[in-house]
Amino acid sequence: MDRQVVMEQGLTETLAVPRLSAAARRRQLREKVIAGIVTLVAFTGIAALVLIIVFVAKEALALFLEPEARHEASLSKMFLPQVVRQGKPPAFVWQPVSNVPKVSMIPLFIGTLKTTVVSMLVAVPVGVFGALYAAEFAPRRLRELLKPVIELLAGIPSVVLGFFALMVMATVLQDTFGLHTRLNALVAGIGLALAIVPVIFTVAEDSLTAVPRSYREASLALGATPWETAWKVVLPAAAPGILAACVLGFGRAIGETMIILMASGNAAIVSASLGDSVRSLSATIAAEMGEVVVGSPHYSILFFIGVQLFLFTFVLNMLASAWTKKVIKRLTGSAS
Amino acid sequence: MSLQPHTPRAKMESRELTLRYGTKTAINKVSLAILEHRVTALIGPSGCGKSTFLRSLNRMNDLIPGTNHTGHILLDDTDINDRSVDVVDLRRRVGMVFQKSNPFPKSIFENVAYGLRVGGMKDKAELAARVEKSLRGGALWDEVKDRLNESALGLSGGQQQRLCIARAMAVEPEVLLMDEPASALDPIATAKIEELIHELKAQYTIAIVTHNMQQAARVSDRTAFFYMGELVECGATEQIFTNPREKRTEDYVTGKFG
Amino acid sequence: MTYTTRRAVGLFLTTLTGLAAFLMVGMLALILLDVIANGASHVTWTFLSQPPSDGMMGGGIFPAIVGTAALTLLMTLAVMPVGVLTAVYLHEYASPGSRLAAWVRVAVVNLAGVPSIVFGLFGLGFFILFVGRGMDRVLGYEEMHWAQPGILWASLTLAVLTLPVVIVSTEEALRAVPLDHRTASLALGATQSQTLVRVVLPGALPGILTGAVLAISRGAGEVAPILFTGAAYFLPDLPSHLNSQFMHLGYHTYVLATQSPDVEATRPLLYATVLVLLLLTFALNLVAVIIRTRTRRKAAGAH
Repeated sequence: MDRQVVMEQGLTETLAVPRLSAAARRRQLREKVIAGIVTLVAFTGIAALVLIIVFVAKEALALFLEPEARHEASLSKMFLPQVVRQGKPPAFVWQPVSNVPKVSMIPLFIGTLKTTVVSMLVAVPVGVFGALYAAEFAPRRLRELLKPVIELLAGIPSVVLGFFALMVMATVLQDTFGLHTRLNALVAGIGLALAIVPVIFTVAEDSLTAVPRSYREASLALGATPWETAWKVVLPAAAPGILAACVLGFGRAIGETMIILMASGNAAIVSASLGDSVRSLSATIAAEMGEVVVGSPHYSILFFIGVQLFLFTFVLNMLASAWTKKVIKRLTGSAS
Repeated sequence: MSLQPHTPRAKMESRELTLRYGTKTAINKVSLAILEHRVTALIGPSGCGKSTFLRSLNRMNDLIPGTNHTGHILLDDTDINDRSVDVVDLRRRVGMVFQKSNPFPKSIFENVAYGLRVGGMKDKAELAARVEKSLRGGALWDEVKDRLNESALGLSGGQQQRLCIARAMAVEPEVLLMDEPASALDPIATAKIEELIHELKAQYTIAIVTHNMQQAARVSDRTAFFYMGELVECGATEQIFTNPREKRTEDYVTGKFG
Repeated sequence: MTYTTRRAVGLFLTTLTGLAAFLMVGMLALILLDVIANGASHVTWTFLSQPPSDGMMGGGIFPAIVGTAALTLLMTLAVMPVGVLTAVYLHEYASPGSRLAAWVRVAVVNLAGVPSIVFGLFGLGFFILFVGRGMDRVLGYEEMHWAQPGILWASLTLAVLTLPVVIVSTEEALRAVPLDHRTASLALGATQSQTLVRVVLPGALPGILTGAVLAISRGAGEVAPILFTGAAYFLPDLPSHLNSQFMHLGYHTYVLATQSPDVEATRPLLYATVLVLLLLTFALNLVAVIIRTRTRRKAAGAH
């Protein structure tokens, strides 16, 4: 732009106009090429996300296009109650491998919902209160110790948490509550909580510490005690961030696979009891993908479940990042 | 001034330079000549545009998004914003020393050699010779010659700033821009820098921004007074401080505002 | 409220939140203690250096260790250049209002939230069935060569999964390099890419390494994405080609825990496998935490 102005005004005659040297031209070209490559590579993230949804959806598409798949797994067969045996009331049944495949997704939704709700009931209070303690009450030393410890907890592979839920927690919980099945929604949910507590803690703690010191000082100067300040000033100020933390945790819980695969019992039972075995959406993919025929309706259904999981977590993520932005905006007075 | 036998020519010159950040005008129609082998001091209250002006002389303002300008800046009669001028070449000819000393977290040697290395110099002996020459020029050689491979961050504040001057000199620029180079230093370190500036003007053309009027009076041959983005007055330093033409200049140099 | 009730409520709240914090630490300790107590005595040299035997009820986990290492090595080679360059784009090259940068950020945030099992489906659908089949057709393989689960596809799947980890930590590291250093370099006549290579990247190196370590730790522990992209149940041979299947510590844990005909007999092997896996990921995480605390302290000291 500035150069244009120069061109338009025309240089006065006193100005010499040398040509750009060959070395400088080469240098400029090299810089442009490098910038181009860097920019091109930056597309990878976008491309990955697009490719994920495109290729997962592509394999699921047969459900809507091919007559055989449409017959075996129509939307009504997946989401509405079906008469499984003559003379019985219609029900939701997931039995994709049988003479007459029954492909109701409702038992899977119920399984996912049960484990997710249990895990949230445990993880939200623990994670948020823990973050409140770390941000507001803990002595500095303890706080500096607490954060790496939580990072270590977050670093435990989910297959190890699944193993722990399966081998240790299942036995303890069965003995405590007298459950008749060893692996059930309760065990899987609590195991799942171990995986999402660090997520909730970290995001909640970040937004609590983002609350400016001046808020606290103002409150304390008015005679409020530290807990009143924490409860009535800091917590409300960080509320969107904490909500975001919970939403992120929720998203993690819905998509988490190995813990549920190992600790839930994997029986697609429709019931309200937390003591029954459950089968979640994610665990169904993991358990059945190994045995399906590529291109069969069952195969497409598993990819269709993947599409649903992708969409759920995508929406939850967008919500969470919108709320995080909100808390930053509110606390700093500017978007960032 | 009178020591120089003939009238020096303008090494750099701005003509009707106006510079805006977005819609805010930082410099308004400034026409100023920076004379060859002279020290030109740019003074004025903070926010008056003197630093912005200095930074536009080697196009450091290019790095700030949203800046645009009209008018010209000439270096040896070539418009530095012209398409035919490569900004890298320009910055090698017009070096800069910043307010806060900013050595790289590298050894003293590597700091001084940096500009040479990025310029493509590879010969070890040549590099060593140039580094020594620059450090001597920066009046730092005797203090650091035994620890060239130690981190530059271990130097004192004043030494770091002289290192930065030596680093800028290593690429042998024709013009040296200094943005309040001594503002963060104690009086002794400041005196050393000022002494150094005196010695450098034989070789370089120097423009220095300072908020310290005694300093401007001590080191410069010519002084330009900026106020609210405009160049109020420019002349021989002696004249500006003893017999300014403008009332605003007089008020500023006598300390009535600032 | 009276002074006493206010104090009592305060004490109650502090205790309650402290208890929540303690619970997290306690669970971590419990898991560690359980795994160490039951696993430590079985982690012997034979266990680490031998393949499984007796229908997975004896022997060791050597192929799983090698498989995990090879998998994460390939993954790191794939993810680091892409992740670092993306962060460089976001922080160094994109202009502040850049639309593309905003889109990349949105994509990265969402990529981080995609369930790991969906990555598994993606690896199968994209790498194996699309890229692999395409390669077989182009290269003229009669039977399946690339269009089957293998270590290359599994590692690339994990690379996509860990991409956000690398991007986020690299960007944080770039942010920690003082602007002064860039300005000084440019003022000395360095080009943008020279500034990047000679000043910015060296300054950000500790943070970039942290990102690499975190990505490796994450990638080494993920099982769901490799279920259908290359992990094998039992394979005494080490992976020798890019399309070989491989054993994996995490997958081995899953198999031993859920598919064993005799739970009691495999129990010691299972605990020992978990211990090795945990030690591996913890060691990596610890390294990351140490590098990060050190750089943060250094950065804090410099200002």
